[in-house]
Amino acid sequence: MNVMPLTTTMADEDDAIVRLKDIRRSFGTVEALRGISLALKPGRALALVGESGCGKTTCARIVARLDAPTSGTMAFRGADVTQAGGRADEKTRRRAIQMVFQDPFASLNPVFSVYHHLARPLLLHGHAKNGGEAKAAVARLLADVGLDADVTARKFPHELSGGQRQRVNIARALAVGPDVLVADEPTSMLDVSIRLDILELLARIKRERNLAMLYITHDIATAAHIAEEVVVMFAGQMVEWGETSAVICNPRHPYTQLLLSAVPDPDRPFVPGQSARFLAHADDVRRKSRPASDNVEEVTVNHFVRALGQTPA
Amino acid sequence: MNAGVSLFWRQKKAVAGLVIILTLCLMALLAPVLAPGDPSERVGRSHQPPTVEHVFGTTKMGRDVFSQFVWGARPSLAVGFATGLAITALGTIVGLVAGYFGGRTDATLDLATNAVLVIPNIPLLILLASFAGTVGPMAIMAIIALTSWPWGARMTRSQTMALRQREFVVAARMVGEPHWRVIFVEILPNLVPLIGINVVGSIIYAIVAQTTLEYLGFGDPLRVTWGTMLYNAQNSSAIIVGAWWDIAVPAAGIALVGLGLALINFTFDEIANPQLRSGPALSRWLRLTRLRRRELEAAR
Amino acid sequence: MSDALLEIRNLNVDYLLDDGAFRAVNDVSFEVRRGELFGLAGESGCGKSTIAYAITRLSKPPAWVAGGEILLDGQNLLKMPEASLQNVRWRRIGMVFQSAMNSLNPLMRVEAQFFDVLRKHTGATRPQARARAEEMFRLVGIPINRLDDYPHQFSGGMRQRIVIAICLALKPELIIMDEPTTALDVVVQREILEQLVDLQRNLGFSVLFITHDLHLMAQLCHRIGVMLKGQLVEVGDTQQISRAPEHDYTRKLWGAIPQLPSSVRSLGVVE
Repeated sequence: MNVMPLTTTMADEDDAIVRLKDIRRSFGTVEALRGISLALKPGRALALVGESGCGKTTCARIVARLDAPTSGTMAFRGADVTQAGGRADEKTRRRAIQMVFQDPFASLNPVFSVYHHLARPLLLHGHAKNGGEAKAAVARLLADVGLDADVTARKFPHELSGGQRQRVNIARALAVGPDVLVADEPTSMLDVSIRLDILELLARIKRERNLAMLYITHDIATAAHIAEEVVVMFAGQMVEWGETSAVICNPRHPYTQLLLSAVPDPDRPFVPGQSARFLAHADDVRRKSRPASDNVEEVTVNHFVRALGQTPA
Repeated sequence: MNAGVSLFWRQKKAVAGLVIILTLCLMALLAPVLAPGDPSERVGRSHQPPTVEHVFGTTKMGRDVFSQFVWGARPSLAVGFATGLAITALGTIVGLVAGYFGGRTDATLDLATNAVLVIPNIPLLILLASFAGTVGPMAIMAIIALTSWPWGARMTRSQTMALRQREFVVAARMVGEPHWRVIFVEILPNLVPLIGINVVGSIIYAIVAQTTLEYLGFGDPLRVTWGTMLYNAQNSSAIIVGAWWDIAVPAAGIALVGLGLALINFTFDEIANPQLRSGPALSRWLRLTRLRRRELEAAR
Repeated sequence: MSDALLEIRNLNVDYLLDDGAFRAVNDVSFEVRRGELFGLAGESGCGKSTIAYAITRLSKPPAWVAGGEILLDGQNLLKMPEASLQNVRWRRIGMVFQSAMNSLNPLMRVEAQFFDVLRKHTGATRPQARARAEEMFRLVGIPINRLDDYPHQFSGGMRQRIVIAICLALKPELIIMDEPTTALDVVVQREILEQLVDLQRNLGFSVLFITHDLHLMAQLCHRIGVMLKGQLVEVGDTQQISRAPEHDYTRKLWGAIPQLPSSVRSLGVVE
């Protein structure tokens, strides 16, 4: 089994909190993940970018311990945790790895207030021992994510805007006191105009709390704002990865180029008569990017691209 | 939750239903005050029509129908409500556990649900009664409860399965909530509208089932309940003789309970489905829309 | 004959509350010209979707059109009897909403759904409907043999294209699209919109395109209107709105959208 070349950051064995090695995951005959290797380090964010169905959410769920790989290993602080461990084990890992979900509304229980959502994790993990301590801690958390504590704590999910709900979700994840935060498309259900605010919030807490972050998205433009490293995925494979600036400024894989070209650019209006060509090109890129390939080229330090595999005739 | 309670009060149907039920319950509680004495005592001539002295008339045996009605409400309502709650509790717990855990737990419980579903409870009760002679209210309650929960279990299970996938449940687990808290604290409150419908339906069902048994003669003839009232009325050929009050009064009682519960039921539907909510805003909207439509037609 | 196909004049839409009302759309006026792609931008809750539903009088409670005029080719849609309005909906004004791809009947083959729609609105026969469906599929670039598939056999993006195809089968003059690509990936979004531009150029219909993504709108539309809290704060050519926005809010909206570094933006598909 080939172990893929990793970026220098990833390859550096020290202080990777989470390390995935050649993770594969199949659902019946469908191969959702075909050999993913990456490492998450404190204070740094890694973006997994790709279209729906590429396996990025499956990967996120494996890191968040909501799913187990079919093969490959996952290490947490050096210890192999690939298969679910015992109860004590699970509680520690639960505390260490938290997740922020895509749908800000569905992530909150409609019958409980914001206070309940934040107080529970605080109490469960011993950060607050009683109601009084919890109240203070909840207020601090809300302030930390940019919400007005007095007003917001009492509100119910349906009384908040999408952006506010997502901030509460982030606060809840932080309430546990994790070392790793997995953010699964945290802004894709929000208006574009408030995405930057949420991204800035995530970037700030990453720095302040020295969190390792795994950021999942289909929009490569948002990845550039938060992640030092990016992994572009297609059909369960990593097709191009490395330092964000390197990958984005010099994309070598046709799929990465396709993704970049599709980001809405107000300076490039659609020209009539191009659609057939674009559609044909997109189909072609997808077809060529799908087959498995073990050939990885090192474009430069910290920038790798997978060569195209053999396309069936 | 608070939104639900205030919504409840704003629904006129629900308030009406609640008033009906509470009145009946109050009436049952105040039986010694409203109809002092023994309801089985012979106090008048046989099959007397309603008069000032006997507001609901008398039975064939000369018993005061009003007195019987008021005293009979006690076992009928009590057993009905208790059984209804028992049915709901059983069904909800089975549904929650099956829907939440899935897998083998679900398969086993599903098997049990299907097995019980097939048991016809009235015939079973009749069978038991024909062996035992008569069936007391506790036995009736137990058997109705033990054979009627599957319907609610099915409903609860599907709803639980749907909620199980919702992100807030996954999030609760991720944050470290133990299974039992996720089921009873996080998921259960979201099922309240469903459980409400279940309770109401089960109570109505239990009351009707109990009454049916008693009407068929399988109740305890010495106890005064609405069902035995019907049984006695039937046996004394009340309708043929023209003593309509003998049948009408207990029947009306049951119908009123059904009506009250059904009205309350609408509200649970409305709490669960906001689109059905008929507050003053919606009435205004409907009225304005109707007006406008008529104007446009007229202008043609 | 004026150039304007759809004219909204002083539209007011209220949300009826138990005590009083909330004005969701406040004195909004704009027009969509023939053959034009007009975009209505703004954040969630600004009233843009409310307008979309109000145009064809599909407002659900508690939304209530309190005043104003909506003129389609000079005829006020708000004063039309319901029966005449039925002829306008779908025949002259088509609608594609965000979850439209999920509104295809999962139990019917796609070809049958075309027939259903065409029969109801134009009285077409089955073979006629099929011919039209084939024509539309060719236009949106989906293989004709897939007409006999069920909706679940298509991806989300393709389903949205099918919905657009069904919409266009009736040859409407205007299509209202409310966040049609928001739930889709960025590449699929571009595929659908590039196609929309071509279809619009070839068939000549107008589009009222509603979204919160101003950058996307700038790529797609000829003119843009910006809404804030129920009011239209700025309307103009795309060039003007993007290069020299006049209103503070428009400027703020532009600045708030995550963008790739400009050095990167000229990469991509070889044009």
